[in-house]
Amino acid sequence: MNMLSILAKRLRKNPACKEELLRLLARPIPLPLINYVLNRTIVKIIRNYPSLFNRLSGHHHKTFLIEITNLSFDLILRPDPASPHLNAIRKKAGFYADATISGSFLTLIGMIDGRFDGDALFFTRDLQISGDTEAIVCLRNALDDIDGSVASEAASYFGPIGVQFLTILRKVANEHQYST
Amino acid sequence: MNINIQHKPELVCPAGTPASLRTAVDSGADTVYCGFQNATNARNFPGLNFTTAELEESIAYAHDHKAHVLVALNTFPPAGQFPLWKDAVDLAYKLGANAIIVADMGVALYAKNKYPDLRLHLSVQAGAPSVEAIKFYCEEFDVKRVVLPRILTIAEIKSLKQEIPCEIECFIFGNHGLMAEGRCSLTNYATGLSTNMDGVCSPANFVSYQVDVNRNLNTELNRFTIDSFSCSQNPGYPTICKGRYTVAHRDDPYYAFEEPLSLNLADLLPELIAAGVNAFKIEGRQRSKAYIQNVVSSWRNAIDTVLEGGTVNMDHLLSLTEGHKQTLGAYETKRWK
Amino acid sequence: MDTIQGNLTLGPILFHWPAETKRDFYFKIADESPINTVYLGEVVCSKRSPFLMPYYAEITDRLARAGKKVVFSSLAEVMTQRERKITEELCHDEKYEVEANDTSAIYHLRKKPHRIGQYCNVYNEETLRYLALNGAYHVVLPAELPRNTISVMGETAKTLDVSLEVQVSGRVGLALSARCYHARSYGRVKDNCQYVCEHDPDGMPLKTLTDQRFLCINGIQTMSYGYLNLLPQIPELMEMGVTNFRISPHSLHTDTIIETAYSILQGSISGEQAASIVQSLLGDVPCFNGFYNHAAGYEWSNHDHSLSR
Repeated sequence: MNMLSILAKRLRKNPACKEELLRLLARPIPLPLINYVLNRTIVKIIRNYPSLFNRLSGHHHKTFLIEITNLSFDLILRPDPASPHLNAIRKKAGFYADATISGSFLTLIGMIDGRFDGDALFFTRDLQISGDTEAIVCLRNALDDIDGSVASEAASYFGPIGVQFLTILRKVANEHQYST
Repeated sequence: MNINIQHKPELVCPAGTPASLRTAVDSGADTVYCGFQNATNARNFPGLNFTTAELEESIAYAHDHKAHVLVALNTFPPAGQFPLWKDAVDLAYKLGANAIIVADMGVALYAKNKYPDLRLHLSVQAGAPSVEAIKFYCEEFDVKRVVLPRILTIAEIKSLKQEIPCEIECFIFGNHGLMAEGRCSLTNYATGLSTNMDGVCSPANFVSYQVDVNRNLNTELNRFTIDSFSCSQNPGYPTICKGRYTVAHRDDPYYAFEEPLSLNLADLLPELIAAGVNAFKIEGRQRSKAYIQNVVSSWRNAIDTVLEGGTVNMDHLLSLTEGHKQTLGAYETKRWK
Repeated sequence: MDTIQGNLTLGPILFHWPAETKRDFYFKIADESPINTVYLGEVVCSKRSPFLMPYYAEITDRLARAGKKVVFSSLAEVMTQRERKITEELCHDEKYEVEANDTSAIYHLRKKPHRIGQYCNVYNEETLRYLALNGAYHVVLPAELPRNTISVMGETAKTLDVSLEVQVSGRVGLALSARCYHARSYGRVKDNCQYVCEHDPDGMPLKTLTDQRFLCINGIQTMSYGYLNLLPQIPELMEMGVTNFRISPHSLHTDTIIETAYSILQGSISGEQAASIVQSLLGDVPCFNGFYNHAAGYEWSNHDHSLSR
């Protein structure tokens, strides 16, 4: 929490510092801290959106590796309502996954924030997928059915700081989009 | 260019989930089309489509916002499984769908006999591109609108419009299938799942993506190689008709049917309106809310602008298209064939 | 119990052969084969239609004298003015039975006795019932129907007095398009195709990037690379109520395949024998029966279900 608020404060002072944000995130962040945030997020999302389970069409027990190409860690997701799981792991931890989704931090955020279309990202190879294609399609469709976006839903779980953080991220992502 | 028309053309938009449906309505769709979570519709993709409860709520939302909902029941029931399609027709009627979109003659007949006040639209899957074929469905099943296959020029659409007793709906944006709709069993030949009976095309559970050591992206459908993209090439959907193949008389692999690209008829919009097209359809029930929001609001603006005599530029939609290429398809010229 | 007689039919020639080759092919069918019904007419491409016109009189005459029933098949894709006119004229020709291959032909044939071809979507008993009331007395089922679906159709057909036909041999049409892929492969479009499809009397094979033999191009039609072979299933199909078995013509071995199918009908060879005769004729071109077995169409299974019961 502490770290988020420091980050939010720094970025508020200088909202254009995309590079700084990415540098910050790329630095080894204590995984327990990230995992606290992630776990709280997944548990709440699964609880608040029971329809997710239906859309996963039996793929809820699958393990998804989310490779964030420009950060120091990857994510492991298991959207099983019985024991939801979203954890950060060190790169190349050799974790088994049924399906792998990889993209840059801003690409992935833009997608779960409902601003980017997954298929379009795939057509430009900004997003790569491998493994169980059907599981990925189901996950994508399930997350896309959340009103607003997964990102804003998740941000709201962390109060004003979370919302502020997302606002900054969106700003950075926007600049990033127009600078490329 | 001032266009003299009797009715404002309708913007018909896709929805794969309730959230997409609300997004489409909020973005300016006049009408949204969607389907149930089973083989009764031609986008029977995993994690997509509507439960009964979801459809009920969604129809209420649309109607509250003065938008219509069409339910696609546009596959061909295999013998022995007809009750599933009957149930879907019953349900669509009961939930207050504004029309159902059908392809199979048996399904059309059932709906017509049981619910004479239920509006029937003829799906593109019925593959009816000629005056006689369309008249047949109008006269036999009281079809009120035909969704035209993407193989006609504007001149042909215009002359067709004069001769048929129903409304015309045309695709204007999205995936551009090359094969005559409703008459393609390529997916079934390669995977055992049928486009006509199961409502799938290149089903995800048979698709695999592999990136090799040279960063080439290789796509396969049930062990058949569909394409291989180098770093600088933009991939498309792994459908057989967008694959690259070799033939004996050519040195290099080529797109035997079509390259990965999408349909975008923005440049032809004034002519299409003038030709008497009653409704414009956007493809993409499998796409995200982001796509729906962007595409639907752009087309809403485009139609309104053209009706007011303005001109539109829709090049920004290129970033959402398959292979990042767009085409006017068959609509502009016969050279396409 | 009555023994139901199975009929062998010869489907329309789907490829663009020189007109004289087609004529000679039909003469041979008339003179030498045990085929009961011959379907004539161009189904795939209207641009090919005129070539055989001058020969139809002698072909139909020779076939009729040999006791073969002659049926004319309509175009599978009807779009242009010309195609519409060809279809209308064919459907109003009182001399021969007509097989409808698209809805515009059904439009012209309604309320008259007619046949429905395999390019019309007759997937279920409700559609079959409707078409029968509309005048259809003979229906060729789509090639992608699996065994259990065919079986239900067979039951229904019996109650409607409609005869059913199933393709049992030859490459299968998998898709149609407005675009000519033969022309495209030569950098041309349909309007100036120069009839390049004539180079490939059995279709133009397409291989994947990894050299897998996959499909065949025949003008606007996309076909299987493999050859459908349901000869071993003929007895089982007959039990289900299918009475007509279509051999789709190819430039080679069609006569031997007809003979083999006839032997199956006569009960003089086993399904296994028929399968191995056909496969040895085709060499390294694979046979398939996947659609029938509710598997991927291209697959071949040797398991004979009719023997396992």
